[in-house]
Amino acid sequence: MTLIEVRSLSKRFGGLQALSEVSLSLAQGEILGLIGPNGAGKTTLFAAVTGFVRPDGGSVRLDGQEITGLPPHAICRRGLARTFQLVQPFPELSVVENVMVGAFNRTRSAAVARRRALEVLALTRLAPLAGRPAHALSIGLRKRLELARALATEPRVLLLDEVMSGLTPTEVDETVEVIRGIREAGVSIIVIEHVMAAVMGLSDRIAVLHHGELIAAATPAEIVQDRRVIDAYLGEPLAGKRE
Amino acid sequence: MPRTAAWLALLAAAAMVPLVIRSEYVIGTLTLMYFFAFVGQGWNILGGYAGQFSFGHALFFGIGAYTSSLCFLKLGLTPWVGMWLGAAVAVGVGLVTGHLSFRYGLRGAYFALVMLAFAEIFRVAATNWDFVGGSFGILVPLQGHAPRLFQFGDKRYFYYVILAMLLALTWAVARLERSRLGYQMIAIRENEAAADALGINPYRVKLAAMALSAAVTALGGAFYAQYFSYIDPAIGFGPANSIEILLRPIIGGAGTLWGPLLGALLLGLLGEGTRGLVKSYAGLHLMLYGVILMGAVVFLPRGVMGALRSLGVGAAERA
Amino acid sequence: MTAEVVLSSLANGIMLGGLYALVALGLTLIFGVMKVINFAHGSLMMLAMYATFWLATTAGLDPYLSLLLTLPAAFAFGYAIQRAVIAPVLRAPEHNQLLMTLGLALFLDNLALVVFTADPRTLLVAYSQTTVPLGPVRLNLPRLLAFGGALLISGLLWLFLKTTDLGRALRASSEERDGAALCGIPVGRVHAMAFGIGTACVAAAGGMAVPFFYVSPEVGNTFVITAFVVVVLGGLGSFPGALVGGLLVGVVESLGGLIFHGSLAQIGIFALFVAVLLVRPAGLLGARHA
Ligand SMILES: Nc1ncnc2c1ncn2[C@@H]1O[C@H](COP(=O)(O)OP(=O)(O)OP(=O)(O)O)[C@@H](O)[C@H]1O
Ligand SMILES: [Mg+2]
Repeated sequence: MTLIEVRSLSKRFGGLQALSEVSLSLAQGEILGLIGPNGAGKTTLFAAVTGFVRPDGGSVRLDGQEITGLPPHAICRRGLARTFQLVQPFPELSVVENVMVGAFNRTRSAAVARRRALEVLALTRLAPLAGRPAHALSIGLRKRLELARALATEPRVLLLDEVMSGLTPTEVDETVEVIRGIREAGVSIIVIEHVMAAVMGLSDRIAVLHHGELIAAATPAEIVQDRRVIDAYLGEPLAGKRE
Repeated sequence: MPRTAAWLALLAAAAMVPLVIRSEYVIGTLTLMYFFAFVGQGWNILGGYAGQFSFGHALFFGIGAYTSSLCFLKLGLTPWVGMWLGAAVAVGVGLVTGHLSFRYGLRGAYFALVMLAFAEIFRVAATNWDFVGGSFGILVPLQGHAPRLFQFGDKRYFYYVILAMLLALTWAVARLERSRLGYQMIAIRENEAAADALGINPYRVKLAAMALSAAVTALGGAFYAQYFSYIDPAIGFGPANSIEILLRPIIGGAGTLWGPLLGALLLGLLGEGTRGLVKSYAGLHLMLYGVILMGAVVFLPRGVMGALRSLGVGAAERA
Repeated sequence: MTAEVVLSSLANGIMLGGLYALVALGLTLIFGVMKVINFAHGSLMMLAMYATFWLATTAGLDPYLSLLLTLPAAFAFGYAIQRAVIAPVLRAPEHNQLLMTLGLALFLDNLALVVFTADPRTLLVAYSQTTVPLGPVRLNLPRLLAFGGALLISGLLWLFLKTTDLGRALRASSEERDGAALCGIPVGRVHAMAFGIGTACVAAAGGMAVPFFYVSPEVGNTFVITAFVVVVLGGLGSFPGALVGGLLVGVVESLGGLIFHGSLAQIGIFALFVAVLLVRPAGLLGARHA
């Protein structure tokens, strides 16, 4: 079953075509990797899908319903949540309170929100830091917090924008496990990632953006063989290294 | 719990003051201190928690003061009811100004200026409208000791009224702080885009904050008008009043429960300390406020509460 | 209402508008360069008015001549204030910058109240009531002089911004915060210069208004709120916007005075202000929104 259906999405910034006629879909329970060189338009795609940027053309459907042009909070309430590449914590709030803000998306009760937040913190392995102020976290943990907060909104689809870049290898492995766990819980996921090993191992399918165009969408094994993808992004030696 | 015991002791002390101390002067000073804490807390809901700095809260103060006084003067309605009508009118005006500002995404200095302009519009209008007393303002007709009309033969009654109002408000804001709306207000202040991404509608949350803030400030204005039996356009709607309202929560710590109370206490003590001087030179206390405000911005950018809190955090991490 | 009345009101509005423009120029220059809205702008004007008044009454100096003294003094004062008070909060959150200039205004206004008392004072010069005929209307000489002075100073400022290195640095840093570094002039000094020049502008406007406007500790507030309207109309940070906005507000206020008496005329200005802020926060001339 198709959960997200992006059709011919386009976005221009002045003279720059950040997205041109991008179409892709995400199935229920799927993890889709979204890769491409810097400036390819990956973040812009997330922004256009989640209502932060108004697309010039095209449409986005969530579970068959048109969501193009809705404000971000309305899209989140319908079950589509995102993280920010540049982490955006609420610095004055503690870690658990940050996550509670997400949990309030589904409940009015502070007690329920706190319980839900603690569950999410356990799942994302942040529980020991619950009481810390968010501004005191390291960058790696802030990315994890970003993920936890979005997860607390109880989305059906989660868009993760580079939650693994800049992390230590151990942290990356941990995050990969966390994302797998989230999928087990029934959430479909799109991950933007530059950490190739992680995204290749994690994703069922990979989509590749280049200069705002979708140049390939296939299984990881097929993507590493794809001529255009190798030329545009992976490069020979790198593709070689990824067995 | 020792904490609860400490609060109860403080509360009991506050309740005992008028029984022990006979000085009208001390009672009056404390009454004003509570009053400033009250309206400061009103400002704090919007300016502190939701992070929308208003430079025109006299707008709501004036509406509360004028509505309650006018209802009494023209309709004979007791200010006990009039103050709630004033709060309702303030909420209405707040929703209109809030809708206009937030709809168009106005924030920061622009929002501060728009609120200032709205307050000025009301000030000029009140000055030129004879029905509301024009530039002279309104003298509330005195009826002797008439508790039903919010008039008391003894100022100590006012002390208890504002103490009760302040207690109720502090309790309510403490609840607000731990509620969904409270967290959503803080989230918007801290990062509006992130809040939006988490399903929070910034427009609606800001309007809610505006409505609560307007209502509280108007209740404070109504108390003021009944306490002094007088209100005029400059006192009610003037920019100086807007500054008085925001000064204490800023000094004490905006966006914290105790900030407005702490700020009121500190400025109250300061006012006492410099009273001799101030009496001989009009304007000296405001001059001092200017210096304090500048000093606070540099040395206490998050107010006294912020400084205390960062000391606490430092201690916790060292431990 | 005769045509003469309307025309002379229009002329008065334009002359007053020139003065508003000069006040607004200072405000917009400071905002453009530092992104700080200076709430103390009116207070600085008030100080200059007292200085002018004082020089006239004690030394018998003509208000227009005393500009030669007050302008350099105002520049130095503004420069020092920026260094001492504004620079420390330039990286602070926006509301703390606002509070800083608000605190400064509170301090200066009430300092004046303590020193000069609340009594408004007026300075009578020999030509206070002199008028100059222009077509069907007669123009008040001091207002005409103030208008001419405002135009002259604006012109000089414009030349300065266009032709000198420092002027270019000012414009560069009002286009982007770190632009001034490109011109090899330290950003800190550019900021202080901008504040000094902005203060000199508002001081000139104040000084030139003394022959036909009362002086009191809160006189600056009247002007500064109007100046906010002007800069918001013209677009914060926009130089031509300040000029056009100033003239427009002067005319609106003056013509409004024909219909509404007394302070009610101000309501029109505030309403205009709110409308512009809400609909076009970037200003009527559509300067880039910061
Ligand atoms: N708001 C904006 N205004 C103007 N240009 C923008 C805006 N947002 C993005 N761009 C431009 O659009 C292009 C695509 O940016 P985007 O952030 O989507 O790339 P990306 O694929 O996420 O890159 P990275 O891997 O570096 O995160 C870039 O050239 C960027 O500079
Ligand atoms: Mg990106």
